[in-house]
Amino acid sequence: MAYTLTVNGKKSTVDVPADMPLLWVLRDVLKMHGTKFGCGIGQCRACTVHVDGKAQPSCQLQISAVGNKAITTIEGLSADGTHPVQRAWEQVDVPQCGYCQAGQMMAASALLAAKPKPTDADIDQAMSYNLCRCGTYIRIRQAIHLAASMGRNGAAHTTGSAAQ
Amino acid sequence: MTTKKTLDRRSFLRVTALAGGGVAFGLIGKDAFAQGRGGRGGGGRGGAGGGGFGGPAAPPKVENYIKITPDGKFTIMAKNPEVGQGVRTMLPMLIAEELDVDWKDVVIEQTDVDPSKYAGQIAGGSTATPQNWIPMRQVGAGARLMLRQAAAQMWNKPESEITTRSGKVYHEPSKQSAPYSQLASKLESMTPPSAEEIEKNFKDPKDYKIIGKSTVNCDIKAIIAGKPLFTIDQEIPGMKFAVYQKGPVFGSKVKTWNEAEIKKMPGIVDAFVVVKDQPNTPFIGYREEGKPADAGDLQEGIAIVADSWWYAQSARKKLQATWDEGPRATPEHSSTAYAAKAVEISKGEPHSTTRKDGDPDAALKGAAHTVEAAYAYPFISHADLEPQNCTANFKDGKCEIWSSSQIPTGAFGLIASNTGIEQSNITAHMIRGGGGFGRRLYNDYAVEAAMISKMSGHPVKLVWAREDDLANDYYRPGGFHFLKGGVDASGKVTAWADHFVTYGAPKSMPLQTSSAANIGPTEFPQPFIENYALYTSAQPVAIRTGSLRAPTSNALAFVVQSFIDELAHAAGKDPVQFRIDLLAQTKPEPPARGGRGGFGFGNAFNASRMTGVTKLVAQMSDWNNRKKSLPKGTGLGMAFHFSHSGYFAEVAEVKVEANKKIKVNKVWVAADIGRQIINPSMANNEAQGAVIDGISAMMFQEITLNNGRVQQSNFNNYKLIRMAQAVPEVEVQYLTSDNNPTGLGEPAMPPILPAVANAIFSATGDRVRSLPLKNSGYDFA
Ligand code: FES
Ligand code: FES
Repeated sequence: MAYTLTVNGKKSTVDVPADMPLLWVLRDVLKMHGTKFGCGIGQCRACTVHVDGKAQPSCQLQISAVGNKAITTIEGLSADGTHPVQRAWEQVDVPQCGYCQAGQMMAASALLAAKPKPTDADIDQAMSYNLCRCGTYIRIRQAIHLAASMGRNGAAHTTGSAAQ
Repeated sequence: MTTKKTLDRRSFLRVTALAGGGVAFGLIGKDAFAQGRGGRGGGGRGGAGGGGFGGPAAPPKVENYIKITPDGKFTIMAKNPEVGQGVRTMLPMLIAEELDVDWKDVVIEQTDVDPSKYAGQIAGGSTATPQNWIPMRQVGAGARLMLRQAAAQMWNKPESEITTRSGKVYHEPSKQSAPYSQLASKLESMTPPSAEEIEKNFKDPKDYKIIGKSTVNCDIKAIIAGKPLFTIDQEIPGMKFAVYQKGPVFGSKVKTWNEAEIKKMPGIVDAFVVVKDQPNTPFIGYREEGKPADAGDLQEGIAIVADSWWYAQSARKKLQATWDEGPRATPEHSSTAYAAKAVEISKGEPHSTTRKDGDPDAALKGAAHTVEAAYAYPFISHADLEPQNCTANFKDGKCEIWSSSQIPTGAFGLIASNTGIEQSNITAHMIRGGGGFGRRLYNDYAVEAAMISKMSGHPVKLVWAREDDLANDYYRPGGFHFLKGGVDASGKVTAWADHFVTYGAPKSMPLQTSSAANIGPTEFPQPFIENYALYTSAQPVAIRTGSLRAPTSNALAFVVQSFIDELAHAAGKDPVQFRIDLLAQTKPEPPARGGRGGFGFGNAFNASRMTGVTKLVAQMSDWNNRKKSLPKGTGLGMAFHFSHSGYFAEVAEVKVEANKKIKVNKVWVAADIGRQIINPSMANNEAQGAVIDGISAMMFQEITLNNGRVQQSNFNNYKLIRMAQAVPEVEVQYLTSDNNPTGLGEPAMPPILPAVANAIFSATGDRVRSLPLKNSGYDFA
């Protein structure tokens, strides 16, 4: 069945079964590999994207339920890697293997859009959906605080920013 | 590119002119790495089930490590697999430092796998630092020396007056300078220096500009932008997607399945059974004569190939298969039965005596204080966040694979024997892996992908679902320890006897244990206790076992360092001082303190280095004052462990609430891994990660069996630690000692488990002797 979806401000039409999760539409059909597969059951959040600005696990969202909601993936967080979260992640040198980090950055940018100056408790709450097998949590927290201090909050970049 | 004439036999550096200008410097793997390993031996590799380390010896084939091109860039090759340990950044740092170029001008290129060119293309045993510390600097320093010699000739000045800086040669007195690339054409006709000459020209560490400076992950830009980078992101033309369903018990064989129905499902290209036609013996981790250890194995299963992974996975959900589950689908292959059997074995004669010094039984009788305790720890899974996957293209008798194997050469034999082609017809590409932790030392996913590509006639990307990954691991073996210890009135440990009940072949002679399930005869504390015994017994197991981050040590440290704590408390001594005193104990006739200490690589346990980190961590944590000033319900625990040549001592401060909810407030880590931390940013990241990983493992992680079946399936029932549960602060300090630098990823992990357990004891008086903690009612606050 054909579905039209808007990813990072760009419309695409895909011909896939109704129950195909957005994760696999992104990865295997649209060939956008930034969004990662870790568990397929909503437990690891490596697959986090923004759906109308909210962090959601894309493995749990069937294509038939996407409708005309705006999807933002890690590839669309900024056009040039300059979203505060991206800059902070680089500056703090957060990743070890890096596999969870797209999901972490999408969760962090959604958090900052909602709460530009999050407390540690806010971070614990918002970020505890995302697993990091390598245990980079201390640096993730540090990077979120750094991104929060960078002035330009993530809000403007949560949806459709690649088109800007 | 044309290779230059054969050069001086002493020389192992090779210079090659590049088409279009520029020059490349290469090393001959074999000679160079013989140098780098000098004195290190490589002993103890077999001991802990290391996953076929070493690989084939490298014949002298040249490979370039540095390319100097006219654009002012320096391309530096990274030759090892990157699975998150930072080696793709770290190895080029060593070369760039001695080459004396600016890091911003360095372009890093990942090499392919070629045992004839490179030695040690593995990610295992925390070996990358010790094995490459010398040869990688040699190639950089050798190139710099030749560039200086070329400049001396060009300007007709003495070589001693030529200096280098930021990719340029300088003659300061005459104010002349030239970029390295300008000298490229001169180098061809020169004779490269010998290893000895090069080493004389190594930089003085005080002049280091790259080594010792925090250097950001070289893949950071791709990671933050979500660029395809990992194995699972690999795409090749014409590629199909595959899933592979194996049976419920290891060694299962397919009886019946709904082939016709599966093949008719949407998007399905092909579906078939991959028959395992070899005997079923090696899968529990034994080494067969003449076979590389633990390279992985092929299990029988049903392959489904489709136009997208989701189609294949959806079809799998409709799979109706019956299996011959084989001889291991029985009640004795259940976790509860294993535990009961271990207790039964502990009451009888041990199957083997691994070590006996003095007379432990008599010493126990004469001791002022004795402690007897039984410890246990479970099987655990690696749970790399990127599930195992591999892309393979089998075509016309050749096979090309893309994987994040930690020992990619290990796939060659497996693929060759199962697909029937020569190893020389296999090409392997090393792609960044989303975590390794030892899981990717086994190449089962690679042989599966190769077989599915061959049988379907398509290039395929095989991606395991999380359920495949958790049910088909080479698990960290569980184990049981039945300990007795004695302390005299002065606090000296006079007796230690450990009956270690593990998995393996009980009737074998000598006793053969499952992979990564053995303890060596000189493991700590053997060298320090006069009356010491280690007995080992084994029972059969239904699953494969293997190396997981700090194999053996990751479990053993919990047992040994908790039991030492028990002895300290029995003797009424401070746990830190008790350990320092133990390290000062000597035996009447001290046997050689050789030993492995986990993967010791032949390095002996050095008591003064361990005493050093113990004192440092006590000072960092303000042990003596802090332990007195903590509120009720909060405790401090300390532990140390030596593995992979690294000395680590750690202190944990843990708060335990009334309902057994714990919060690890802070951890202090003191490490001695030699005289130089190469990349402090990554070192600290990994040390912190190791602490968090260890706490995660000890709280939740457990693979249990029921009638041979693994009972955990996904992260809902095999939990990993999360942000709110993780210790928020881990302070790391390094004690620099005059030893060549060694690895950190593994040895940082083992001490945290007993440090936390000892802290729980000090907070509550509850001695936890069995992992995971959740089984004793603990959880995170
Ligand atoms: S893959 Fe979606 S939550 Fe794990
Ligand atoms: S960096 Fe490896 S899983 Fe997070």
